[in-house]
Amino acid sequence: MEYLSIVFQEVYKILFLLVPVLVSVAMIVWLDRRVWAFVQKRQGPNVVGPFGLLQSLADALKYIFKEIIIPSSSNKVIFILAPIVTMTLALIAWAVIPFSATQVLADINVGILYLFAVSSLGVYGIIMGGWASNSKYPFLGAIRSAAQMVSYEVSIGVIIINVLLCVGSLNLNDIVIAQQNMWFVIPLFPMFVIFFISALAETNRPPFDLPEAEAELVAGYQTEYSGMMYAMFWLGEYANILLMCAMGAILFLGGWISPIDVYPFTLVPGAIWLILKILLLFILFALVKAIVPRYRYDQLMRLGWKVFLPLSLIWVVLTASYLFYFNLLPVN
Amino acid sequence: MIAHSIFFYTFSIIAVVSAIMVTASKNTVHSVFFLILDFISISCLFIMIGAEFLGMIMLIVYVGAVAVLFLFVVMMLNVAQQKNQWFTGQQSSRHIPVGLIISTLIFFEIIIVIGGWKYKPEIFDINNSISQASISNTHSLGQILYTDYIHVFQISGMILLVAMVGAIVLTFRQRSGVKRQSYIKQISRERAEGVEVLEVQSNKGVKLDD
Repeated sequence: MEYLSIVFQEVYKILFLLVPVLVSVAMIVWLDRRVWAFVQKRQGPNVVGPFGLLQSLADALKYIFKEIIIPSSSNKVIFILAPIVTMTLALIAWAVIPFSATQVLADINVGILYLFAVSSLGVYGIIMGGWASNSKYPFLGAIRSAAQMVSYEVSIGVIIINVLLCVGSLNLNDIVIAQQNMWFVIPLFPMFVIFFISALAETNRPPFDLPEAEAELVAGYQTEYSGMMYAMFWLGEYANILLMCAMGAILFLGGWISPIDVYPFTLVPGAIWLILKILLLFILFALVKAIVPRYRYDQLMRLGWKVFLPLSLIWVVLTASYLFYFNLLPVN
Repeated sequence: MIAHSIFFYTFSIIAVVSAIMVTASKNTVHSVFFLILDFISISCLFIMIGAEFLGMIMLIVYVGAVAVLFLFVVMMLNVAQQKNQWFTGQQSSRHIPVGLIISTLIFFEIIIVIGGWKYKPEIFDINNSISQASISNTHSLGQILYTDYIHVFQISGMILLVAMVGAIVLTFRQRSGVKRQSYIKQISRERAEGVEVLEVQSNKGVKLDD
């Protein structure tokens, strides 16, 4: 009986986390399209519901009632597994995101490593989908995304090392609390820029959306997918984008800490600040999508390996020597 | 404790079964997927014994990077051709003795290590180096790795670097006649060297040179 009550409590907590995440994924799809439209002087989706807010729900309904087509020459088990893997990996990472000092599902002491591990597993959904489709364009898209995501993960890892040098702990709450006096975006500003661009590449967002470049590869790894399975890829992708924004907010923008440490602002719950910071980063993501043209593949690889990796490594040396010289290394 | 052992047996059964499936499955891509499942369940086992850092690094390095490249290579290979040469033909029996010798060696090594650990624990200097329980696993690992074992750590890093440089040297070849773009050259182009105004005579044309 005791076990059951614990299980119920945990399930309740998980639902309380996942349902808002899924709803906000649907909302940011709408926001993405609206921002994109406004940059191009269009209206965007504005018909369904007030300001078109219910557009994503209508889309989801459409996807649910569409037929799922499984190609006869595909590898059926892996073909069906691929969108499930993408979706699951995008959602399980939210378990460690702290919304305030106490509001976190799993406050583990290797939180940032967990986030990094889960985001690096995200490539499997794409490779599995591309390979199992047994068709040329999906396969090319999958190969492209595998190379791209592995390359940019390296520089994200080195950037995380930069932040960890200043914190001295792998726990996400400790990372947030270490930014009480100054957000890391100020001393580590170049790293924040590189993190933002690498996050664009890691989530296959424009200008790095080569795995699904419609002019070259139809829709890349998603070409053979239809109905709800396509929608799951789509949801997983946007959940990953939100996750990357949350990671950026926690590593550089002070997570749930209020930006102004004065009386009326400190009353606002930390979750609200975190959500506002995530939204800010997401609007930047959406603006980049509307403004910047797509990279060529060799330019993408050059940027990752020859520019970002050396830069972030040099910055690790700089940060470490600065902290060591001024005796600021966090020791406990 | 019951829940603990249920989880332990679940993960270890998955690990062993997927390890067998890596060698047993006909499709090489399936083998790599089973290998990934094996890595994941082993990292879960690491996390269960409290080695959370090791488990996460296992996920990041093996599953997130090494296995992706494995998959990359295996997908690009011509699997049907490989099958004829290695897995079915007459040559396959020639590899059995080599495999047997290597697996017996590994088996005896494991037996020596586990037996020694069980019956002569003082040989292995683990208990002295593990610090007090108040420090987390990650902290104690960092304290040992960068103080007592710094030279070993650096040497292993150098070995990896040498392996990487060696792989690049082996596969690198200078190809002639490849047109490359130079960003500096492209940006620093002036109008004077790019555009030329010519007086074209009729029926003669112009000779262009790149």
